[in-house]
Amino acid sequence: MTQWIEIGILTDIPLRGARTVQIEGQKEIAVFRTGDGEVFALVNECPHKKGPLSQGIVHGHSVACPLHNWNIALRTGEAQGEDKGCTPTIAVKLEGDRVLLALPERVEEAA
Amino acid sequence: MEFQDGIDASADYEDRLIVPSTDVSEHLVVVGNGMAGCRAVEELLARDAGRYRVTIFGAEPHVNYNRIMLSPVLAGEKTFDEIVINSREWYDENDIDLITADPVTAIDRAAKTVTSKSGRKVHYDRLLIATGSDPFIIPVPGKDLPGVISFRDMKDVDTMLAAAEAGKADGASEAAASAVVIGGGLLGLEAAHGLTLRGMKVTVIHLMPTLMERQLDEAAGYLLKTALEGRGQTILTGADTAEIYGQDKVEGVRLKDGREIPARLVVMAVGIRPSVALAREAGLEVGRGIKVDDHMVTSDPAVLAVGECVEHDGNVYGLVAPLWDMCRSLADGLTDRHTGYKGSVTSTKLKVAGLDVFSAGDFSGGEGCEDIVLRDAARGVYKRVVVKEDKVVGAVLYGDTADGGWYFDLLKKGEDVSEIRDLLIFGQAFAAGGAGLDPKAAVAALPADAEICGCNGVSKGQVVASIEGGACNLDAVRATCKASASCGSCTGLVETLLALTLGEEVQNGPKTLCKCTSFTHDDVRREIVAQGMKSIPEVMQQLHWSTPDGCSSCRPALNYYLLCALPGEYVDDQASRFVNERMHANIQKDGTYSVVPRMWGGLTNPKELRAIADVVEKFNAPMVKVTGGQRLDIFGIRKEDLPAVWADLNAAGMVSGHAYGKSLRTVKTCVGSEWCRFGTQDSTGLGVQIERMTWGSWMPHKFKIAVSGCPRNCAEATIKDFGVVCVDSGYELHVGGNGGIHVRATDLLCKVATEQEAMEVCAAFIQLYREEARYLERTAPWIERVGLDYVKGKLLESHGAPADAIATYAARFHFSQSFSQEDPWAERASGERADLHQHLEPIAIAAE
Ligand code: SRM
Ligand SMILES: Cc1cc2nc3c(=O)[nH]c(=O)nc-3n(C[C@H](O)[C@H](O)[C@H](O)COP(=O)(O)OP(=O)(O)OC[C@H]3O[C@@H](n4cnc5c(N)ncnc54)[C@H](O)[C@@H]3O)c2cc1C
Ligand code: SF4
Ligand code: FES
Repeated sequence: MTQWIEIGILTDIPLRGARTVQIEGQKEIAVFRTGDGEVFALVNECPHKKGPLSQGIVHGHSVACPLHNWNIALRTGEAQGEDKGCTPTIAVKLEGDRVLLALPERVEEAA
Repeated sequence: MEFQDGIDASADYEDRLIVPSTDVSEHLVVVGNGMAGCRAVEELLARDAGRYRVTIFGAEPHVNYNRIMLSPVLAGEKTFDEIVINSREWYDENDIDLITADPVTAIDRAAKTVTSKSGRKVHYDRLLIATGSDPFIIPVPGKDLPGVISFRDMKDVDTMLAAAEAGKADGASEAAASAVVIGGGLLGLEAAHGLTLRGMKVTVIHLMPTLMERQLDEAAGYLLKTALEGRGQTILTGADTAEIYGQDKVEGVRLKDGREIPARLVVMAVGIRPSVALAREAGLEVGRGIKVDDHMVTSDPAVLAVGECVEHDGNVYGLVAPLWDMCRSLADGLTDRHTGYKGSVTSTKLKVAGLDVFSAGDFSGGEGCEDIVLRDAARGVYKRVVVKEDKVVGAVLYGDTADGGWYFDLLKKGEDVSEIRDLLIFGQAFAAGGAGLDPKAAVAALPADAEICGCNGVSKGQVVASIEGGACNLDAVRATCKASASCGSCTGLVETLLALTLGEEVQNGPKTLCKCTSFTHDDVRREIVAQGMKSIPEVMQQLHWSTPDGCSSCRPALNYYLLCALPGEYVDDQASRFVNERMHANIQKDGTYSVVPRMWGGLTNPKELRAIADVVEKFNAPMVKVTGGQRLDIFGIRKEDLPAVWADLNAAGMVSGHAYGKSLRTVKTCVGSEWCRFGTQDSTGLGVQIERMTWGSWMPHKFKIAVSGCPRNCAEATIKDFGVVCVDSGYELHVGGNGGIHVRATDLLCKVATEQEAMEVCAAFIQLYREEARYLERTAPWIERVGLDYVKGKLLESHGAPADAIATYAARFHFSQSFSQEDPWAERASGERADLHQHLEPIAIAAE
């Protein structure tokens, strides 16, 4: 059974931007809102050198890491183009306006 | 015919009579070593090199040079050597006998000989007359006085340069430094421009009410007049010359209304007449020019004629483009190919740096003509396209002539423009849609015979051939096929052809802004202004972006371009800012931020230092450091703490130092005259003032300034984007320095006497850079790309800029600053955009 946590409403996240969520015992999570109104969540760490992806420029369904400009696909967490690496994704869904995040497994285990 | 000037034609010269031997090659004699004569020979050699043995007579003492480039030579932009088309080696390599400084004075058609002034007599099998034109001299009293010249050949340029030089002599009167140009057409204005740049005070006398009335309509003529007056010329329109007065040399010009204009030099540029005297005396059929058929053959089948001296189908021409067509059909005819010349449509461009004027076809309006007009007063742009029965029949462009070639092509081909009529005036990129939207595709679609370089008559096919033959960059193309080697206005086209032909290999082709678009930075900037676009989505929509919302390269660029184009109006798009500019701090490798408050001109005080010390302790900042920019950097601040840090710094009167921005960074200073034993001026004070004026401005890239109090240059002003070096007599203003990856020392822009002037030039230079550089292009590469002379030509009156150029640019900068000098930290400290600094709070847990 997946635990969903509500983290706010869609407009709390800037359009083509991101907000971060801190959950105890977990790595920081970045929640993105794209130009076409979709929401994605990734661990807030670039597969390259752990750059905070939440601070990158969001374009299409990708984010450009603020440190060295790797492009990370929001849906899969995969680095694109020549770069290789992957950031864990976290399930996220919209219920009406409300943004719900699937509680990462390790939290479940810990619970 | 008698030999002239008492030159004896006795045996000595008879011996030189060249009679065709049993040699297979026929003898072609060319009269006129000018642009058309030599070009005809080149075309001939290209088709059948062995067919004719060639002798060329030239009245001038030079090898063949590019006559149209006399204007840049006069203006000091080129040297004579640079405008030579065919060097001595060319004549030698092709076994051409060149006889210079010896005009042909007679043709004996029965004997098939020509005789020259020095008495040479030469036999021909075929004769080619290419004598060009004679300048028209208006028959007023004084027209023969020394100091009255025309503008036709190198000798005239030499006379003008000598006059300008003499005018500079110490104690020379105003009249001695003055020149009058009679005629406000292309030639006259280019002469006036050159003379002005050479330091003469120039008055242009023009009979008609508007300048260049044969090429421009009234509106464009008016804009042109205003611009030239802004450059210090006196333009008298509707002015009729009564006489040129002077004792034994020119002293001035008197107009019919009695006005007198003193001058040491009078340049008559009122028109040209085909040079037909020789042909007429030889009994050839002559109308306005020497009459020729479609293969340039005159009424005598053994005699051909080409160039400005001919009349074809009732038309005479005064521009080079038609000559190239003529030369091709002439050479075809001489080598038994039968294409034939069909006449030419011409277009004109004025070769005056910084003034873009283009005209083609008929713009006089009239029955069934519709005008489409675009005016952009702020940019000084006027465009008018005349459409008749769905075809372009004329175009006048002033200020932005980029689309001249396109309109001209539509006009020549008589294409139906009804589909694109609404968008026609915005130019090719916009109107052509689809494939035409891609400037590269448009060039790719040009037929092989499309003309690329008008100055040298080079077609697309020839350019491509020379690239495929190994010319892999612009210089190589210029060297091999001469395209873009003259006025340079086709450089963009040649670069595109390089890119198309060589694919990825090309080094210096125009780069598109990013992968989302086929437009270059310059295209995009131009379109934003031309179409008055107001937002990033609008730009992406109008310019057919291939991605939904761009990428991390184009978004910041577009955001900047819009911000620069619409000061006070454009709403900054934070989502298109790189993290540092969004967070107003520098992100560090561990995701924390560093904070650099502004310290004006590197000065600080106990209150500021105390506030910084307090912040460091309060927020546990692990490090404080003196930066290379003469201020303090506080490291290791978390994004959540930034607003509180800023609030504390604000409270001590400090604002953002923009150490993170594509914007003004620091103004470094040295101690200067207030303390230093060598200081000549108050460099510290000036630095503070400059920083107060320039802080907060957004730029294409970061921008650094420094002010040094003497040439010892302790503030390192000569590796800054803008550097001031104080000297006893004032301030040397330097630009385009860079201390970064590629060290580049500055270029001296100019020297001024007062602080006030130094500040104005600084503001003006920044604005020019803001308006014209590409995003992420610092001043150093920008200046390397456009050239220091270009920058000078835009700003300095001495280099052809309008007298108020500095003031105008500076005013635009100040206007834009009036919206950007708000401390971004204060805004955030007050709680705005808290979302950027705070985490989302999980508010409920739902099970499923
Ligand atoms: C803090 C500072 C080093 C220091 O501790 O002294 C510094 C720090 C950085 N410099 Fe610098 N530069 C600093 C003075 C300079 C100087 C010296 C100067 O300004 O007189 C130069 C050479 C002068 C010049 O720019 O021409 C300099 C040339 C560069 C360059 C190369 C620029 C170039 O055009 O080649 C970069 C890279 C870039 O901008 O792309 C750079 C980039 C950086 C960045 C922003 C790297 C980055 O992207 O993260 C560093 C940010 C550190 C941070 O987080 O604060 N920094 N940097 C200096 C801040 C000055 C200030 O007060 O604002
Ligand atoms: C300052 C200036 C700027 C111009 N700018 C442009 C421009 O921007 N665009 C453009 O399209 N056109 C321009 N033109 C016009 C262009 O230069 C002419 O159309 C072109 O040079 C004509 O070529 P041609 O061979 O017919 O005549 P020319 O180039 O004049 O060649 C004729 C040659 O024949 C020589 N000659 C004459 N009689 C004799 C004789 N009896 N025996 C031997 N030699 C003789 C002359 O001395 C001359 O060297 C410009 C002209 C000038 C003067
Ligand atoms: S030189 Fe500049 S960019 Fe390089 S490590 Fe030092 S501060 Fe960073
Ligand atoms: S840390 Fe993200 S690109 Fe280097």
